[in-house]
Amino acid sequence: MATKPMRIRASVKDGVTEIKALIAHEMETGQRKDANGAIVPAHFITELTATHNGKVVLSSEFGTAISKNPYLAFKFKGGAAGDKIALTWKDNKGETRTDEAAIA
Amino acid sequence: MLAPKKYTVFVLAALLAGPAFSASASDKLLDGINEYREALADGNPSELAAAEGEELWKTKRGPKNSSLERCDLGLGPGVIKGASAQLPRFFKDTGKVQDLETRLMTCMETLQGLDPQAVVKAGWLKGEKEKVAALVAYVVTESNGHKIKIDMRPPEMKKMYEMGKLAFYHRAGPMDFSCATCHGEQGKRIRMQELPDLRTQEGAAAGWGSWPAYRVSAGQFWTMQHRLNDCYRQQRAAEPIYGADVTIALSVYLAATANGGKVVTPGIKR
Amino acid sequence: MNNQRRKVLKTGTGAAVLGALAAAGLITPGMALADWNKAAFEAKSMADTLKALGAVQPADSKDVQVTGPDIAENGAVVPVGVTSAIAGTTMLAILIDKNPNALAASFTLPAGTEANVQTRVKMGQTSNVYALVKAGDKFYMATKEIKVTLGGCGG
Repeated sequence: MATKPMRIRASVKDGVTEIKALIAHEMETGQRKDANGAIVPAHFITELTATHNGKVVLSSEFGTAISKNPYLAFKFKGGAAGDKIALTWKDNKGETRTDEAAIA
Repeated sequence: MLAPKKYTVFVLAALLAGPAFSASASDKLLDGINEYREALADGNPSELAAAEGEELWKTKRGPKNSSLERCDLGLGPGVIKGASAQLPRFFKDTGKVQDLETRLMTCMETLQGLDPQAVVKAGWLKGEKEKVAALVAYVVTESNGHKIKIDMRPPEMKKMYEMGKLAFYHRAGPMDFSCATCHGEQGKRIRMQELPDLRTQEGAAAGWGSWPAYRVSAGQFWTMQHRLNDCYRQQRAAEPIYGADVTIALSVYLAATANGGKVVTPGIKR
Repeated sequence: MNNQRRKVLKTGTGAAVLGALAAAGLITPGMALADWNKAAFEAKSMADTLKALGAVQPADSKDVQVTGPDIAENGAVVPVGVTSAIAGTTMLAILIDKNPNALAASFTLPAGTEANVQTRVKMGQTSNVYALVKAGDKFYMATKEIKVTLGGCGG
């Protein structure tokens, strides 16, 4: 299944970089049934890592209780306009995706 | 808004809870819910659909291998900024009043050679209909903050408005519901959901101006056609064909009533 | 893989089989679970989750906060955040007492990252939401009740 791009916004103010990300993912719990009564298999992001110029600034682990199309916002010290922010997720089916953005 | 089986239950609950519910307690709850809505406004997942739509707008597709970049949404070829704030409108080239979705279908047909029936026949958020939804998300984002400005001068628009008004009050289905049953009264509410009075400028602006929207309960971006279809589904009435005249007429009635109101699309809804 | 699971579902009966299937479904070829704390995410109760996270008797702390609305219109999407003013915070986690699995997410913070993370979670019903924080070897906790008017699991 093709993965869809994330939306990453990163901005720096007074030496602190704020990252806000929206990630396109179903985050299927594995507890829901489809119209035919069959259980929809769990499909969710398990790990999400954010890097700033290649250095990890946040590593997250998700369970199925994270909402569909996950949202994440956090801040770290440092960062300058133009620096590269990259987010990588991996899900329970082994799919993975990386998207990048520059700090504004 | 809710699955059919739950409908009766919550209507009953609303009736029972209604009189016992003190005004101050309900105001406090509404404050809490407004706080919740504000927290969701930043990072509206519609952005994901809009990003897809933007890419799709620029992608060469169809038998004519062409993009939609020359699509005329009413403000000239390729002009997107503010375009959906002025829709529906009468288009001379097609001789029809069109909403955003039927206009996009015209562009897909004329510029790309894609069959509009592929959109009409697809399920909601499936196949070509999903593509139209992504395009809608992109286009309406570019009208956020604009004013609703519907040109009611063409006689075709007036005719559609009158048809839409009739449709709004037309009772149908096993529950004998019309649009007005839920949206034709001041201060009406189902459970904690406030229902805009779509007969008034203020109510229509609140409703029309904030659709299309990301529907939190469905986890999906819904177009106006999708939303209107759901009204019919909730009425247990026959669901209109995608882009049918009655949907355009209702849109003209709502948009014209909302004229001058602010566009906050894409919205975010329960 | 889905087809195989369907077949098994058709032939299998009973909660035990379903449980085993759920576990099997989570371990698919090509999947690296080295980092993901399976035991913690699959634990059901608060107590078991805390145990799986190695958090023995976390202390209540006013320096830890759960941010979020008092009431959520829809449990499918509830904005929740965790902040910690405790120096040297290296881990934040969000736990929802009444969810099928209490642990929603955990965040490991390298030096320089603020102990302030916001996300959105699903809540099946009104519940206490807990923020769990690790600083040094110690765990701290705070809670906030969030009311849900419509459950987030299929409403």
